[in-house]
Amino acid sequence: MLALGITLALLVIGYLFGRHAEQSHFERLREAEAQLQSLLMFSEKRIPPQFQPCEVKLVGGNTVIAVDYFKVMAAALRNFFGGRVAAYESLVERARRESIVRMKREAQALGASAVFNVRIETSSISKGAKEQQVSVEVYAYGTAVIPRHG
Amino acid sequence: MNEIILTNIETIPGREITQHLGLVQGNTVRAKHVGRDFMAGLKNIVGGELKGYTELLQEAREESVARMVEQARSIGANAVINVRFSTSSVTSGAAELFAYGTAVVVE
Repeated sequence: MLALGITLALLVIGYLFGRHAEQSHFERLREAEAQLQSLLMFSEKRIPPQFQPCEVKLVGGNTVIAVDYFKVMAAALRNFFGGRVAAYESLVERARRESIVRMKREAQALGASAVFNVRIETSSISKGAKEQQVSVEVYAYGTAVIPRHG
Repeated sequence: MNEIILTNIETIPGREITQHLGLVQGNTVRAKHVGRDFMAGLKNIVGGELKGYTELLQEAREESVARMVEQARSIGANAVINVRFSTSSVTSGAAELFAYGTAVVVE
């Protein structure tokens, strides 16, 4: 009975805090993305002539994000019935967008005008952990192009 | 020229590659410590970013890059092109971060 109570309490806490945290994170992401919109990003390797002459430098950003208890449960149920696991989609999306924002911030600090050959790598770092830890790491990296004058 | 130029594209714009020196690599395996794991355990209830892990992995990645750069420098390169990263979890508590690229000499 006590165990059930704790589980329920964790579910409620997870749901409330997790939801709030997620919404405010998406809000922050939207702001940051709007702010960094002028910094272009390409998945292409070739740097077109209008960006040259330039200096290049490797930039990257990473994020580790965990899901809340409620979502772990929701996903476990979903795992039973099959189908789209929306609970985890938002997790990966948040991590990916946050990593890109961090990469762009680093590029912006260097005075870059664009980032080329952007690669995004996702890995689960807590695979096989005893307690049900669900977290992903996303690393986004690319070559920042810094215009050189003269 | 002391600083090694790193890119993940195949050329360095405005510079000519005069010599290819082959693959250079650097790796590091990191385990998370108990304090960080405990905090991460708490975070798993409410969700959100695990700042401790983010920093840990970033440090580890910087170290693997530093090792790769060290190797490149020791064979006389002044740039590493086509840099790639890969992450794999060795056990549940440790992750390996690996960086590799092609060491070259540019003018």
